Amino acid sequence: MKSFIEKNVRWLFPLPGALFILAMMVFPVLYTFWVSLTDWSLASGREAHFIGLKNFEVLIMDARFYNALKLTIYFTGLAVGVETVLGVGIAILLNREFRGKNTFKTILLLPMVATPVAIGLCWTLFYEPTVGLANYTLRQFGLPAIKWLADQTTVIPSLALVDIWEWTPMIALIVMAGLAALPAEPFEAAVVDGATSWQVFRHVTLPLLAPTILVAVVLRSIDAFKTFDIIYTMTNGGPGYASETMNIYAYTLGFQYFRFGAASSALVALLALVLGSSLIVLYLRRRWEV
Amino acid sequence: MKIPKLSTVLFYILALFVALPFLFPLVWIALASFKNQAQIVAVPPMWIFEPTLDNYRKVFLEQEFGRFFLNSAIIAVGSTVLSLVLGLPAAYTISRYRQTTLGVLILLARLMPGISYLIPWFILFSKLHMVDTYSALIASHMLVGMPLIVWIMVNYFDGLPRELEEAAQVDGCTLQQTFMRVVLPLSGPGIITASTLSFLFSWNNFMFALVLSADNTKPLPIAIYSFVSYAEVSWGAVMAAAVVIIAPAIVLTMVFQRYVIKGLTMGAVKG
Repeated sequence: MKSFIEKNVRWLFPLPGALFILAMMVFPVLYTFWVSLTDWSLASGREAHFIGLKNFEVLIMDARFYNALKLTIYFTGLAVGVETVLGVGIAILLNREFRGKNTFKTILLLPMVATPVAIGLCWTLFYEPTVGLANYTLRQFGLPAIKWLADQTTVIPSLALVDIWEWTPMIALIVMAGLAALPAEPFEAAVVDGATSWQVFRHVTLPLLAPTILVAVVLRSIDAFKTFDIIYTMTNGGPGYASETMNIYAYTLGFQYFRFGAASSALVALLALVLGSSLIVLYLRRRWEV
Repeated sequence: MKIPKLSTVLFYILALFVALPFLFPLVWIALASFKNQAQIVAVPPMWIFEPTLDNYRKVFLEQEFGRFFLNSAIIAVGSTVLSLVLGLPAAYTISRYRQTTLGVLILLARLMPGISYLIPWFILFSKLHMVDTYSALIASHMLVGMPLIVWIMVNYFDGLPRELEEAAQVDGCTLQQTFMRVVLPLSGPGIITASTLSFLFSWNNFMFALVLSADNTKPLPIAIYSFVSYAEVSWGAVMAAAVVIIAPAIVLTMVFQRYVIKGLTMGAVKG
């Protein structure tokens, strides 16, 4: 017995963790696959019956599913796009040593670590059309007031703005770390060759930073795609279905309608999207040797 | 005294201009938590006012935020400690013996959308009569904490020199002894990074408790959310509750700033 343990100890070390992952992740995911093939619904008191791919047939005919998919991509693209531009900009502007740099970095960290639910509620008050800070600010600049979360056309950009406030710092900090790790020689060579600062940025900094920026964008996109807390607390998918992203759609099916079968098929679709795009990215990452 | 150069002054103005938008909402929330309802919704916003503790009274006396705070702390500490117990040995052998399959499984757990577990967990824990228990919430939060800890610690162990471990093994130490007596004592910085982040992610988690908690185990994010579910929103109390939730996360981040940055940016920058 003792020698068995001695021999296999390298597998016994990760065993409890692996079992935990199996029980809490692998089994639930497989279970979701199974439920997605049934008509299980708590609301109508229906037990689970195997119905094959019926849920998926309904899903791909459901306008709400496409709406959710479209909105998720819109939200993610908008938020991560702006975050990337701002984050890279901030990192490059402040790429030098200065007194108070640590304080500055701490300030950048705060939006990331502040509890999203609480942040969402506070932004709800900022966006309040009559007394909120957002419209007050617009009026100060002589701009017309906006309905923010209450208008179908502005609700996603309004939510994305909260995400941008929370997560631009992440891209900025990653790019700052990336800049600090860059070799000095290419810059010296460029300066010796008489490059302007724009040329240095465009032809030296940016290409060298590209892998770092790419990874930051990927990490951020995966998380933005999964955004739940702020959307659920601020709009819960409304007005109408104007901010019903994939997460909210699946949650509504599961825990407001209690249609477990239908909700599971939406989750399988979401899973396929997230894992599919992650695999593509991992592949690209390996190819580019990031 | 040296007179600072104009460009330096401009640079600091620029830095301030960049930092302000990120800081401002938090300052505004903190101020609003000491205002009454009329002062909060006053247009233009009031910067000078007579502070009141009424909102905090409401949060701690009329609502039971003391208890919710304790619930959040139990869940966050519990899930972090158990994640370390499971995650550290796993990370060690993944790093030393290149257990790639396990590594990929852990990475997968990090990528997976949390919402995909909700239905099976809800059914599972209902059948086990474990909905609204600390065990269920701690287990669910561990699925965020443990992969995070393994991810960070594999990177950390990869960077540790192996000479000491090899020496220990030559001296007859078993893998367990090497791990406990040589590796762990050297792993302080990595463990601080990993556990701070695991704690923060659990502290801030909303979605799992939304389904798995009820009156007995309700953590802070659910408690503050139920404020607005009522018809009339007392914004002052919401702001005070927000301060109660956010303050510990901010204090922890300030104390461990270096580690938090490292953990959050890890994996993106080579080296």
